[in-house]
Amino acid sequence: MPFRFLDDIATADVAFESWGATREEVFSSCAAALLATMVEESEEVIRNKEIQIHLEHEELDLLLFAFLNELVFHKDARRLLLHVDNVMITERDKVFHLETVARGEEIAPDRHKLLVDVKAITLHCFALVQNGNLWKATVVVDV
Amino acid sequence: MSLPPQLRKISPTIWELPCSYKDGMLVPVRIIASETLLASMENGVFEQAANVACLPGIVKYSFCMPDGHWGYGFPIGGVAAMDPATGVISPGGIGFDINCGMRLVLTNLTEKEVRPRIKELVDNMFSRIPTGVGCTGFVHCSRSEFRKVIQEGSRWCLKNGFAWPEDLEMTEEGGCFGGADAEVCSDKAIERGHDQVGTLGSGNHYCEIQVVRPENIFDRKTAAAFGLTIPNQVVITFHCGSRGFGHQVATDYLEKFLRVMTTKYGIKTHDRELACAPFRSPEGQAYFTAMKCAVNMGFANRQLILHRIREVFSHVFNRSPEELGMRMVYDVAHNTAKLETHMIDGMQRELLVHRKGATRSFGPGMDGIPECYRESGQPVIIGGSMETGSYLLAGESSAAATFFTTAHGSGRTMSRHQAKKMIKGQKLLGEMEQRGIYVRTASYGGLAEEAGFAYKDIDEVAAATEEAGLSRRVAKLVPIGNIKG
Repeated sequence: MPFRFLDDIATADVAFESWGATREEVFSSCAAALLATMVEESEEVIRNKEIQIHLEHEELDLLLFAFLNELVFHKDARRLLLHVDNVMITERDKVFHLETVARGEEIAPDRHKLLVDVKAITLHCFALVQNGNLWKATVVVDV
Repeated sequence: MSLPPQLRKISPTIWELPCSYKDGMLVPVRIIASETLLASMENGVFEQAANVACLPGIVKYSFCMPDGHWGYGFPIGGVAAMDPATGVISPGGIGFDINCGMRLVLTNLTEKEVRPRIKELVDNMFSRIPTGVGCTGFVHCSRSEFRKVIQEGSRWCLKNGFAWPEDLEMTEEGGCFGGADAEVCSDKAIERGHDQVGTLGSGNHYCEIQVVRPENIFDRKTAAAFGLTIPNQVVITFHCGSRGFGHQVATDYLEKFLRVMTTKYGIKTHDRELACAPFRSPEGQAYFTAMKCAVNMGFANRQLILHRIREVFSHVFNRSPEELGMRMVYDVAHNTAKLETHMIDGMQRELLVHRKGATRSFGPGMDGIPECYRESGQPVIIGGSMETGSYLLAGESSAAATFFTTAHGSGRTMSRHQAKKMIKGQKLLGEMEQRGIYVRTASYGGLAEEAGFAYKDIDEVAAATEEAGLSRRVAKLVPIGNIKG
């Protein structure tokens, strides 16, 4: 998986680092890490519901922040655990636009190996950087 | 863990970092801890407490309580009082789980009566109190009804038959922060939270059946004043907050503050999670109002859970909750900002006190606590890990030094992933049952994360708060049954 959990940041919460060859990939990797924070064997979450997501922000890192917050919102508001396989990011007039279809299913405590509820994405140590051909994000989530 | 070399010992429980520690510090940092607890604090605690010391309008000190640990924005256990006229309000100083808190409920049952029924009680609580990731409540509120919940808090519960009138008296601020207005809360926040009233959540949220053994009573007179009068008396303690609604309110305003903090108000912070706005600004006031709504959701949430606990005990023992003496001792809030009056250098001043993972600790004779606790000081409930139990303490006059604030829990010393590597949830469950603690959990992985060894020693934390004069120990509450999200 293109992410790993970090043990040495924010003891009471969960921190992860995600990566990808493109900015779009690192967004998807972060969504995968977020899902894996909440449910063990997250690949078992099936894709029978869809949510369209359109977001925009002037800053690319804060677009990622808004994107992850959107997934957390749907976990409570629609009780959905979501995969994000492909993300499209475009830049127009100095504003980044994100479009994607998140796919997943309703939380089923009898089938899903649930771990911990994510309350929010924090901005503590939050980072999105490009280093050569690799995009990397660091995220601390409040659980 | 190496401590910052600039850290100076002021007393056996006070450690100070001077303003020279970091650029921009307006006041020194004061860590309240025993030497042992101090040694267990991560470097992140000192950095974060120093970042808080840079926030505009901060008065006297940036404090960290004995259970302090590395959080986001403020450290967990962080306390900062701001001058309302010149200071800021910061969601990062309150936390996403606004009004996460503890509630303690009495019974007139003894361990001998409860032990034989413990499985039935815990199983019933587990099926009756929604628990775990994405759980929804047993009261299904429409969006418009939910707006009433967040404006009225426990009062809404009383009107709808989920509270006893005396429950409200035993809740901080009567279970309702005045001035809450749903208009400043986003549709998203309402959408996210309206179906979650009366849910425990997950992580470190739990509901525990505990015993007060005679050898664990430290202050017999205060224990009696708090209703602990029977040897081996059984009580119930639970910990939860404002759920997705509170989390969304904090997220919404964090984003709003980021947009205006520097461009409109010229404020810069060391950590974006400390995004803030002047308290008197339109944005600051809107957040304060929305935060009050989330506080009220937290009170209503705990009130509905109390209602369910009473139903379960009543069902299992076939006696009414009144006959079972199921009175509330108190409800304390951990993650809030409040306008309070404090004596600062001999002058009474109104201050905006941020408490993040910290408990208000009003001493004897103070306004704002129930009449029956005027002599003893307010009850303070400090939650430990599910293996070690909790403490009941009383507020002290000498807590004036920390704006009448004390610790809130044990404080973690080990990350969640590290804890899971050390033990499997099923194994821990079996081990705890052998030790006489029957547990039901929505998540074995989540259970392992909450193992006792991942936390600081609760005895040490409670003792440190007493030695520092923040709260005095009344009784230790030992678990015999637990439900965990």
